[in-house]
Amino acid sequence: MLRIEGLTAEVEGKPILNGVDLEVPSGEVHAIMGPNGSGKSTLSYVLAGREGYVVTGGSATFNGVDILAIEPEERAAAGLFLAFQYPVELPGVGNATFLRTALNAQRRAKGESELDAMQFLKLARERMKALSMPEDMLKRGVNVGFSGGEKKRNEILQMAMLKPALAILDETDSGLDIDALKIVSDGVNAMRGPDFSALVITHYQRLLDYIVPDRVHVLISGRIVRSGGPELAQELEAQGYAAVQAAA
Amino acid sequence: MTAPVATGAAGFLARYEGLKDHLPGARKPWLNQLRADAAVHFAARGFPTRRVEQWKYTDLAPVAQASFAEPLTMVEGAIALPVPNAENRAVFVDGRFRPDLSTLDGLAFRVGGLAQGLADAEPWLGALAKPGTEPLAALNTMLFEDGLFLDLPEGVDGGLLELVSIAVDPGRPFAFHPRHLFRLGAGAKLTLIETATGRGHCLHNPVFEIDVAENATLTHGRMLQEEATVFHLSTIYATVAAGGTYDNFTVAAGPRLTRNEIHAALTGPKAACHMNGAQMASDGQHVDTTTALDHAAPDCASRQTYKTVLAGRSRGVFQGKIHVHRVAQRTDGYQMNQALLLSDEAEIDSKPQLEIYADDVKCSHGATVGALDADSLFYLRTRGIPESQAKAMLVEAFLHEAVETVTDDTLRTALTRALDNWWARQEASA
Amino acid sequence: MPAVTETIEAVQSVTESGYKWGFETDIEMEFAPKGLNEDIVRFISAKKNEPEWLLEWRLRAFAAWKAMEEPTWAAVKYPPIDYQDAYYYAAPKHTKGPKSLDEVDPELLKTYAKLGIPLREQEILAGVEGAGSTPAEGRMPVAVDAVFDSVSVATTFKDRLEKEGIIFCSISEAVQKHPELVRKYLGTVVPQGDNFFAALNSAVFTDGSFVYIPKGVRCPMELSTYFRINAKSTGQFERTLIIADAGSHVSYLEGCTAPMRDENQLHAAVVELVAMDDATIKYSTVQNWYPGDAEGKGGIYNFVTKRGACRGARSKISWTQVETGSAITWKYPSCILQGADSVGEFYSVAITNNYQQADTGTKMFHIGPRTTSTIVSKGISAGHGQNTYRGLVRIGAKATGARNFTQCDSLLIGDLCGAHTVPYIENRCMSAKVEHEATTSRIAEDQLFYCRQRGLTEEEAVGLIVNGFCREVLKELPMEFAVEAQKLLQISLEGSVG
Repeated sequence: MLRIEGLTAEVEGKPILNGVDLEVPSGEVHAIMGPNGSGKSTLSYVLAGREGYVVTGGSATFNGVDILAIEPEERAAAGLFLAFQYPVELPGVGNATFLRTALNAQRRAKGESELDAMQFLKLARERMKALSMPEDMLKRGVNVGFSGGEKKRNEILQMAMLKPALAILDETDSGLDIDALKIVSDGVNAMRGPDFSALVITHYQRLLDYIVPDRVHVLISGRIVRSGGPELAQELEAQGYAAVQAAA
Repeated sequence: MTAPVATGAAGFLARYEGLKDHLPGARKPWLNQLRADAAVHFAARGFPTRRVEQWKYTDLAPVAQASFAEPLTMVEGAIALPVPNAENRAVFVDGRFRPDLSTLDGLAFRVGGLAQGLADAEPWLGALAKPGTEPLAALNTMLFEDGLFLDLPEGVDGGLLELVSIAVDPGRPFAFHPRHLFRLGAGAKLTLIETATGRGHCLHNPVFEIDVAENATLTHGRMLQEEATVFHLSTIYATVAAGGTYDNFTVAAGPRLTRNEIHAALTGPKAACHMNGAQMASDGQHVDTTTALDHAAPDCASRQTYKTVLAGRSRGVFQGKIHVHRVAQRTDGYQMNQALLLSDEAEIDSKPQLEIYADDVKCSHGATVGALDADSLFYLRTRGIPESQAKAMLVEAFLHEAVETVTDDTLRTALTRALDNWWARQEASA
Repeated sequence: MPAVTETIEAVQSVTESGYKWGFETDIEMEFAPKGLNEDIVRFISAKKNEPEWLLEWRLRAFAAWKAMEEPTWAAVKYPPIDYQDAYYYAAPKHTKGPKSLDEVDPELLKTYAKLGIPLREQEILAGVEGAGSTPAEGRMPVAVDAVFDSVSVATTFKDRLEKEGIIFCSISEAVQKHPELVRKYLGTVVPQGDNFFAALNSAVFTDGSFVYIPKGVRCPMELSTYFRINAKSTGQFERTLIIADAGSHVSYLEGCTAPMRDENQLHAAVVELVAMDDATIKYSTVQNWYPGDAEGKGGIYNFVTKRGACRGARSKISWTQVETGSAITWKYPSCILQGADSVGEFYSVAITNNYQQADTGTKMFHIGPRTTSTIVSKGISAGHGQNTYRGLVRIGAKATGARNFTQCDSLLIGDLCGAHTVPYIENRCMSAKVEHEATTSRIAEDQLFYCRQRGLTEEEAVGLIVNGFCREVLKELPMEFAVEAQKLLQISLEGSVG
């Protein structure tokens, strides 16, 4: 269970999050929607521990662990996964090397045995097939020369390999065509189960047609102003954020 | 033997005066003349100072102020050789050829010590080196004793050969100036892996004269891995005829001061030259790669990729000049140099240079300088990779990009190992 | 009304090739004796009625100059200059107070006409009383300071600028009227002994422009100086000083022409810029000094020191230059980025045709944290021209987070010319990021053919392609200058194809 209470944060001295309260119980998928600049991406970076995103108050725990107090890699080992809105390119770092290093680092942190090259390849091939990814993507540099859709699929592949307990999907739908959107959504839906929860950050309702959330939250000016069921997303789509904000 | 008193250039000139009748080839007038001319040049210029444009960023004062003797006696007995990279290898100790330590049997071409082969070297020795403009070549010409003399006849594939240079610490400062002569006849082929190791307070000042004939290919991998008390100043002169290729890949990681200076001239149509390398330095070290590439014929291609990684209080230099002559139409020249700074006390100086006198050319260079990318580091960490491991991955990726250009598997493996060793030493000392 | 706009029309109206500004104005001149010594320095200072401190300042510069040697590191070749065989002071005799244009030296008026300056501007420039300071309708006003040989002949729109508290006058006038400002800033960016030519200039400078923009003022019009070397055997040594106080903004234009002569003439100017907190100075140059003839005879030696200091936080200095003229160009407009978050820019187009030589570029000194610089250089070589970009990016240990991006592109037209790139990058700061790219290309046959097939002449096609090559720089110029610069590019390349 992810529990966020009164979380405030600033970037370059400018307050962006102004008291976020949110609970995502294990096994549930929650969506966060909000207009541009409302703090959605900031929330995801604060949870993942990006430098420059300074927490000024409040708390965030995941399964009882104070995640704000630990390093980004420790958060990852604790089961937190962030699918980046803009996945980073790593020239010279092979996708396979990267994935295997990450997977084994997390296994090590959990006291599990590391996968050897063969075991890893077998697993990777399996997961890639499910995501309709060509095998040569393993050989290429991480995200280097990938199209927008390929980058997003690569994020989902990493998620499928690392099997996080909490996935934060930061505008994973941006720049995707319908086919890619479906593949990505299938990837997320396949993960759903009692030990998996997800926070789906999105601008539009479209993605939520494919990944149906248990709850929808509206983030405006760094605060959750409304929460509701999946129908809230439709209401937003029909009436816009301004109406919701006025009503809140 | 009394200890040398004169330092720097004066010291070397004095030693030349004292030794000139005893140096190898002292009875050959042509060689005496060559040495005497070099001595005149060296006397006129001395060690270059930082006022000399090509030495703007590398200070030779520690060399110029020291006093070095020759490695006077042959070191006998057991010498620890590095792990071999090839079956055939020529071993030099303190710059002198050691047949007893070498394995060169059954090779279909001439390979051996220059001191023993001077009678055949006259047309080639001094044909490419420029002691008039480069004082270190003058110093080498004046005092060289030995070196590797390679002569591949037309069409011969020499396979893989290793050149090992070991400096053995005699407990006092010493200098050696090997002169290496490589000739590849038309269509000949060779992969040469060079390893320089050594310890003690010494100056290793090799000069290479490399002549690659029509359609011949020389792949020259160098690993300069002497200890941090050694000054390594090497100057390579290569000339490549029509359709020929000279590939140089240098890993410089070890000496206190490394100057890797390469002059390559493409003199016939469709000649090619690839100069790549990785240089690394940490506390107290200085690495300098200086290249000068002459496109003197049409339709030639050149590629250069150099990577510099600096840790601690260290300094890195890259200077690279591409000169395209008026006749060199349809030249394709590319150069990239990139530096990664891992410390707040490191300094990088970079001077890529284009000098172009032909219009139908495609020439470009690029340079980047920066620290490890914070976004990349964060991305790796969000995937659960600990910070130090993430850093190592990024440094490795940065360096390996240069090694990827090497097509010979053995050489690539050897170079990769050299890079990884450096990083492992860094990690261990951190 | 901008002189430059009219100049463009003058350019357009000319059909024959060759240097369009190669006329000589026959105005009665006053000369100091040829040669350079302490007496000449004293003469110039006395002639300008300068205070004692400035004379001493000049004499110190002269002493420094005598001890210096002419630099030889640039990739330019020229016969030795005899510094004793030139006039260091030449001034038109009539400079004040005519009642109408009828009283103005007709030769001066001809010069203005040839420069393409319209009547009203001519009146103002010639100092006709009551000529007023209202611009022609519907045009953006440009205040002009015209410098002939050694002397500023006139400055327009002074009154209007004064209302804003802006000082725009000749530097001689500034020495008289605002000595405290001149004394405070003169030589603080380019010290007297900075380099050989700067030292020479400091000893013998005769005029130039002075600009002071007070705190928070956005200069309401472009300020402009028109330089012209007129007299024979004269060197021109103008000195420009621009100070933008905190929060102010100014855009300054500089244009130059000189008559055709067989002899080489020296132009050794110094420009100093100072930008305080949040101030912006945009300095644009269209340099069109006489380049010499097609055989390389004559032409101006343009040895100029230009430097700006971004002293304040968030200050910005932007240099834009279009260098089409001069036999030899030697200049490196630079930025000293001292203030935190300050910004330096250098946008340059340099053309060398016939036997012209250019060695130009910039220096960016990153001293303060988060300072950024951008360098875009476009070099075009044609004929026997030699074109060198020489630049330095130096990042000090305290310039954390500094950024530089450099792009140097060369275009070669014909196989007798040369294009060279010599960048120096020196970085002592781990968190700084420097990127440098350089390319070389030529105008491809198929590009030319494509244009010609569509009906363009070969020269038009070259002009079009060259303008495309220079687009990134030209777009930095103020509008009027951009059009003039485009025309100049085309004219400069005449005869380079075919």
